[in-house]
Amino acid sequence: MLKINNLHVKLEEEDKQILNGLSLEVPAGQVHAIMGPNGSGKSTLSYVLSGRDGYEVTEGGATLDGRDLLAMEPEERAAAGLFLAFQYPVEIPGVGNMTFLRTAVNAQRKARGEEELSSGEFLKLVRAKAKDLQIDADMLKRPVNVGFSGGEKKRNEILQMAMLEPRMCIMDETDSGLDVDAMRLVADGVNALRSADRSFLVITHYQRLLNHIQPDVVHILSNGRIIKTGGPELALQVEEEGYGDILSEAG
Amino acid sequence: MTEITDLDVRDGVDRETVETVQNMGSYKYGWNTEIEMDFAPKGVNEDIVRLISQKNEEPEWMTEWRLDAYRRWVTMSEPRWAMLNYPDIDYQDQYYYARPKSMEVKPKSLDEVDPTLLATYEKLGIPLKEQMILAGVEGAEETPAEARKVAVDAVFDSVSLGTTFKDELAKAGVIFCPISEAIREHPELVKKYLGSVVPQSDNFFATLNSAVFSDGSFVYVPPGVRCPMELSTYFRINAENTGQFERTLIIADKGSYVSYLEGCTAPKRDTHQLHAAVVEIVILEDAEVKYSTVQNWYPGDEEGKGGIYNFVTKRADCREARAKVMWTQVETGSAITWKYPSCILRGEEAQGEFYSIAIANNFQQADTGTKMIHLGRNTRSRIVSKGISAGQAQNTYRGLVSMHPRATNSRNYTQCDSLLIGDKCGAHTVPYIEVKNTSSRVEHEATTSKVDDDQLFYCRSRGMDEEEAVALVVNGFCREVLQALPMEFAMEAQSLVAISLEGSVG
Ligand SMILES: Nc1ncnc2c1ncn2[C@@H]1O[C@H](COP(=O)(O)OP(=O)(O)OP(=O)(O)O)[C@@H](O)[C@H]1O
Ligand SMILES: [Mg+2]
Repeated sequence: MLKINNLHVKLEEEDKQILNGLSLEVPAGQVHAIMGPNGSGKSTLSYVLSGRDGYEVTEGGATLDGRDLLAMEPEERAAAGLFLAFQYPVEIPGVGNMTFLRTAVNAQRKARGEEELSSGEFLKLVRAKAKDLQIDADMLKRPVNVGFSGGEKKRNEILQMAMLEPRMCIMDETDSGLDVDAMRLVADGVNALRSADRSFLVITHYQRLLNHIQPDVVHILSNGRIIKTGGPELALQVEEEGYGDILSEAG
Repeated sequence: MTEITDLDVRDGVDRETVETVQNMGSYKYGWNTEIEMDFAPKGVNEDIVRLISQKNEEPEWMTEWRLDAYRRWVTMSEPRWAMLNYPDIDYQDQYYYARPKSMEVKPKSLDEVDPTLLATYEKLGIPLKEQMILAGVEGAEETPAEARKVAVDAVFDSVSLGTTFKDELAKAGVIFCPISEAIREHPELVKKYLGSVVPQSDNFFATLNSAVFSDGSFVYVPPGVRCPMELSTYFRINAENTGQFERTLIIADKGSYVSYLEGCTAPKRDTHQLHAAVVEIVILEDAEVKYSTVQNWYPGDEEGKGGIYNFVTKRADCREARAKVMWTQVETGSAITWKYPSCILRGEEAQGEFYSIAIANNFQQADTGTKMIHLGRNTRSRIVSKGISAGQAQNTYRGLVSMHPRATNSRNYTQCDSLLIGDKCGAHTVPYIEVKNTSSRVEHEATTSKVDDDQLFYCRSRGMDEEEAVALVVNGFCREVLQALPMEFAMEAQSLVAISLEGSVG
């Protein structure tokens, strides 16, 4: 599904290299986790994949289902099935959460040549999904992320993901800032979406989330490249020992 | 249940915006209606003023009133203090009177109106001949309508075409008719109130209007009457090189209420066209008037060619205690906008509100704002202005808040936000504040920001294209003002916001 090949990325504005030959492949139906020290380039990777401005790809590339991701506009990537749950969800004053969701859902349907949802269908759907994530009617009406608590913002990202039903979900530290119960809700939401033709790339610092969302593969990212790849036990090792040994092992 | 409906509508509104953006060209109302016109000769002089008066079959006193204004106007010069840059206007190179030939003999009812004209309004989406009336005729009006009724007066170039729902309004005692008709049929009201809010010699443009205005709308709501439907006027300039000078007079008698909507469009022309309107509102004790405008005159093309020069004087006089006025405007059109809807808060505890969205794109220039003149005790005013600049446009908020010595214990709150799209446009805020007593309070808040890249990226990462994303973010920025509009207008305004920002990104 997602193939990243020898990706080199620098900042557009300054001479700073962030990703240094990162390669990674997530087959359909799998959950991969990425762990790595602060500043190692995890969020940068997720932004570059989803098309944020400000980065320059100097070498390598990335494909989704064989299509060149980096050649597409952000909205084309979304329509192709890519979704990023932001580490820091953005506030949009004055725009109702519901309006935002509906505009997004229908924009993607339109781009894919599907019929738009009627307001009745949409409401029914959003109510059901919001309920699963314990997002109340008030939060749906309020402006997007404005005044939401940290945990509410993260749940709201997962609501968007559930509504948009992307095929490739990237979650950037969705677990950070969640209380124990919210973590379970989010994990349940993700697990409900798991299927043979949907994949996940879960960026996290903690083993805890991975107890709920069993990853198939765990990658360790350091200094802009994957330095080690293993099974779920790798996350346990990081949790217990930190990155010290893994980093020195990789030199 | 109410909550569902509410959400439903809001969502529908936004979907509409998005669809409109995708389906429309850059200026949807830019077509021209092929109609034979009857023009007065170019230029303005006493003969032209007399001719206009005569064509409207006006009484002698009205002709004299106009001539008096004309004589003052020739001694005045055009104001140039606004932050607007445009070549000198040749006032003798304009037509001051144009009317469709088919209107020469005044139609007695809408059925006698040239169908091409009606088709024009239909294209504009105006319910001029409401579906039922179209189908049925007389009995139709008694059948309950599903949709909310809006009475419409439509003004095409210089002439009013006719007013709908006249009978139903008459039953409530409300007079809603072309001002030309009011001058003939309600001279006592016109004599008493015309020029009492915006005097003949108020300013250069208002004085010109007083001399040459050809038509416009007249409203009188009697004491204690709540007008049973929204009143609305649509103005359209069609003829080339023709100035439009309409005049609106609204009188809300004691304890009455009326909501009035005004919409404007014009075809695409390479040359600039002049529009100088005057709106006067008189509000008596405990009465309330809401006046909403969606101004969508042709703004000129991407290179700044053509477009309407819009010089408008609008003023409401809250003449008695607890009179209340609310101006809401969405200004998206015109090459030049010079407009300051004002409130004179004369009566004790009178209230004035001004909600404004002004969008300037490409080479548009807008200098707009309000004046809150507090004369009475315990008067209140509130100003919410949202200015959006894109392309190479310049957008200025100019506002005056004045607390007179007798206006003790009065309050004003002003909030003035500017949003910039791109880096070639400009936003300016020019507040004038005069406080001449010690017990009144004036608060002013202003912000200027660029449209946020992170917000746009967030929207696009969810599948919206760049224009949809900008429209959504800007509509969010304007929300407070959009909510002040009647629902039907709010939908139209949201789409207009999207349309007028087309091409402002990427
Ligand atoms: N716009 C920018 N300007 C300057 N430095 C940047 C910018 N974007 C990223 N960086 C730098 O690139 C490096 C990688 O940042 P990134 O946010 O990808 O790290 P991360 O792995 O997500 O870290 P964390 O675990 O703290 O979220 C950091 O050193 C960061 O400071
Ligand atoms: Mg990060």
